[in-house]
Amino acid sequence: MRFIDEYRSEADAQKFVQAIQRLVTRPWTIMEICGGQTHTLIKSGIDQLLPEAVTLVHGPGCPVCVTPLELIDKAIAIARRPEVIFTSFGDMLRVPGSETDLLSVKAQGGDVRMLYSPLDAVKLAQKHPDRQVVFFAVGFETTAPANAMAVWQAGQLGLENFSILCSHVLVPPAMEAILSSPLNRVQGFLAAGHVCTVMGYWEYEPVVANYRAPIVITGFEPLDLLQGIYMTLKALEEGRADLENQYSRAVCREGNQPAQQLLAQVFEVCDRQWRGIGMIPRSGYRLQPQFARFDAEQRFAVADITAEESTICVAGKIMQGLKKPCDCAAFGTLCTPEHPVGAPMVSSEGACAAYYQYGRAVQVEEGTR
Amino acid sequence: MCLGVPGKVLQIEAGDIGMPMGKVSFGGITKEVCLAYVPDVQIGEYVLVHVGFAISKIDEEEAAQVFEMLRQMDELAELEIPQPE
Ligand code: SF4
Repeated sequence: MRFIDEYRSEADAQKFVQAIQRLVTRPWTIMEICGGQTHTLIKSGIDQLLPEAVTLVHGPGCPVCVTPLELIDKAIAIARRPEVIFTSFGDMLRVPGSETDLLSVKAQGGDVRMLYSPLDAVKLAQKHPDRQVVFFAVGFETTAPANAMAVWQAGQLGLENFSILCSHVLVPPAMEAILSSPLNRVQGFLAAGHVCTVMGYWEYEPVVANYRAPIVITGFEPLDLLQGIYMTLKALEEGRADLENQYSRAVCREGNQPAQQLLAQVFEVCDRQWRGIGMIPRSGYRLQPQFARFDAEQRFAVADITAEESTICVAGKIMQGLKKPCDCAAFGTLCTPEHPVGAPMVSSEGACAAYYQYGRAVQVEEGTR
Repeated sequence: MCLGVPGKVLQIEAGDIGMPMGKVSFGGITKEVCLAYVPDVQIGEYVLVHVGFAISKIDEEEAAQVFEMLRQMDELAELEIPQPE
């Protein structure tokens, strides 16, 4: 297949690894924002090929991981209602809520369905006028245009039995929250390429200028990531704080204009809670007032559900680059993919799941045996 | 979740409520994809698809820049080899 295999060549990857080895003179810490990138880095072993001086920490770019616990509890409360068909991307179904998860609700007879696209939820609502179809609309800027289109389409079709449980989050405010923390140790970023296909990268210009941290918009294949790391390290070694675009085959500065136009029509920026991290001002989307009738939280009166977080899970610290998954006392013992304590252990983009799946657990486990 | 998969546009048509839809091939597997966000896409071009939506076209010329950088690094590495005294 084109635009995939050519970015996985081992010989070319080695060239980047050697170039990085020649380049690095001092310790550096860089963060990849996106959990999809985390998985590729760990799966392909790039983290282990880099010089020891280079530390990769893993960012908050896992929508499943940052969706607040109480929103998962709300989803569960809605999914239990007999008139509801509750729909979601697969990853959300296994995330533990306070007491149970959506998959268990399904096992107990709830009508919970996994969908590929939010447009399929709109189709379900058309097909089942006697049921309430709810879509769990989580995600970053990459996913927001798809969810915006589903809401817009439901509006055009005059559907009264469709709504979304909305937990949209935005990347630039989260990066600023990380950089402005007194504990911050991230010196440069690989920005999430697919977020930037939609939003472009002009939003990062003030971040680079204000915090003097280089940012490289980076793709998702191993060679993309190695090139992104090389470019970030080169900027750091040369003392430059530049914004550069490694992923120019899919990303331009202005981003996708038609997508941004529909986003502005359907959503408005709001403050959002990030699971484990806390409230970040102006870091999410909610429905515009003219689309508020599609808000599941209002339709099903679940707004007052609250929840308490587990005290052992350090996911929030991991996603801010302050800890690694193996630093968590529960990692691989109390918390495993079969019995997850926190969301990053179940999500296909969670850092804890990546470390567990690709054996970064082994040392810790053997050491404790 | 921000997974984006490159695929080749095989067919473009008007879907329900006038939204442009298309058939996109991913190495043999064909899927129905919303093309509303890439209105100028042509049959035969590559797009990046995320949850049933094409979110950007893939620029074939830019796609080669990784390899261009590798080639330049090769040349530089050769120059760095010290000359015999
Ligand atoms: S290993 Fe489990 S408990 Fe520990 S931070 Fe990761 S998800 Fe949370």
